[in-house]
Amino acid sequence: MQIYLPIADLPVNIFLLLAMGAAVGFVSGMFGIGGGFLMTPLLIFVGITPAVAVASVSSHIAASSFSGALSYWRRRAIDPSLALVLMIGGTLGTALGVATFTLLRSLGQLDLMIALSYVVLLTSVGGVMFWEGLRAMIRARQGAVATVRRPGSHVWVHGLPLKMRFKRSKIYVSVIPVIGIGLLIGFLGAVMGIGGGFILVPLLIYLLRVPTSTVIGTSMVLTLATMMIATMLHALSNHLVDAVLALILMIGGVTGAQFGARAGQMIRGEQLRLLLGLLILAVGIRFAIELVIKPDDLFTIRETEVGR
Amino acid sequence: MTPFRLASLALLLLLGAGAEPAHAERLIASVSNHRVTVTPNYAGEELVLFGSVEKDAQTPPGRTTYDLVVTVRGPRADMVTRRKERRFGIWINTDARQFLKVPGYLALFANRPFDAMAAPEVQRRQQLGLNNVLLTQRVGPDYADVVPNDAFRSAFVRLQSQHGLYREDTSAVTFLTPTLFRTGIPLPAAVPIGTYEVEIKLLADGTLVTKTETAFEIVKVGFEQFVATNARQNGFVYGLVTTAMALMTGWMASIVFRRD
Repeated sequence: MQIYLPIADLPVNIFLLLAMGAAVGFVSGMFGIGGGFLMTPLLIFVGITPAVAVASVSSHIAASSFSGALSYWRRRAIDPSLALVLMIGGTLGTALGVATFTLLRSLGQLDLMIALSYVVLLTSVGGVMFWEGLRAMIRARQGAVATVRRPGSHVWVHGLPLKMRFKRSKIYVSVIPVIGIGLLIGFLGAVMGIGGGFILVPLLIYLLRVPTSTVIGTSMVLTLATMMIATMLHALSNHLVDAVLALILMIGGVTGAQFGARAGQMIRGEQLRLLLGLLILAVGIRFAIELVIKPDDLFTIRETEVGR
Repeated sequence: MTPFRLASLALLLLLGAGAEPAHAERLIASVSNHRVTVTPNYAGEELVLFGSVEKDAQTPPGRTTYDLVVTVRGPRADMVTRRKERRFGIWINTDARQFLKVPGYLALFANRPFDAMAAPEVQRRQQLGLNNVLLTQRVGPDYADVVPNDAFRSAFVRLQSQHGLYREDTSAVTFLTPTLFRTGIPLPAAVPIGTYEVEIKLLADGTLVTKTETAFEIVKVGFEQFVATNARQNGFVYGLVTTAMALMTGWMASIVFRRD
């Protein structure tokens, strides 16, 4: 069944959108990520312009992460104080990111910058996660006790001042890296049009040693906050949020996310990381291939100003 | 005034002068629908243009066969065409050309090939065929159309044609009787919203005899119109509503799927 999208000015199959939303929602619920890095390319593939895709995906991620966050909240798998401190940085970062986005667009080559940052971020983050997950699995297979490095193992982050105790995560760290991480995620989210969960989760795990029990729920709260702000800013600045598109994606997304969250609880942490790493790496490589191989058509058309 | 502008002005004068004399025939035409509404289940449409050639006393007696060219132009917009080149191992946009106020939809229909109808000079002057339609580009400080085989121009026409937005069909116009004609105007699903001008040119013996114009519009109605207008005019409220919708959807899902 075809449905006409009022802002994208395009008819699309409603079931295709629902299926895409559900698939991405499943992944996002499972790994505690927004799924923007999957959704945005998928929408562009269907024929929606990148600008509309990025703007509409933010509200889809907000819905998906809200339903996820609620179910994690009931399981007490969210650290409220950690989420709050992250949000302070996230709000600042999103505002900064939107300003940078506007600047980049005026300079041209925004598409290239987005593609390059996708390649660099996704392949590096995905690669590291995949490698870590693989090593952990090999260790487990060999019968060695999985080394829990958490208590006692100090990295440079633990030497910073302004320490704060985050009770539910059972960590005692400085707020500086926490705000810094929030800032980075907010910034990247606004510039690249992604939730940023796939960078946030490993940062929280490796840098702050946030336990797996609270990391996903907490990251969802930050994603929710930054994506709500992003939706507002996109609606205000360029009027490109397609509410109909967003609603269809949301319905698919939240449904998928529920099943994903349950599936995620059944899989062990290192396997989860291995899978996610693989997925991120695949998307990153796909972007890299697109940049390197000769495109089918060297020419592209973009509407610059509607002469109405 | 640049030489390009002077040239196009001269062209305009010529066109105006050419259309004036010898009102021997009259063209009457109408499209099947003057107002195409885009509804939630809009997935492209085909309009039909009907028309007839009315002769009068001044019509040369030997003239029996006519040629017809129907040009449909959609709402105009500025477009940019970019070309990728390999730099440092990756393909990036290097060169770009701006097209000014070009139609978002452009269709040319005729009853037989343009070459059989008129001399190349007439084809160019009357803008018969995609190769002869004026597509203004910004070339440095000037505005001009370039030769049809220009890389950017041909890429632009080719890409628009791939999306069904630019088309040329020299067998689309059919004469039902020697004076009654019809043609279909196919509109793709991703059609630009706005006013469409239809220009019908009647040719005989390789020259323009007369022409007429009609128009139709493509509009969004109801819910589509409501959403599009509000997104543009009330960005803040629209954002709030969308965000609230996101939260509601998320919350409802967690209620519906609650198992604990």
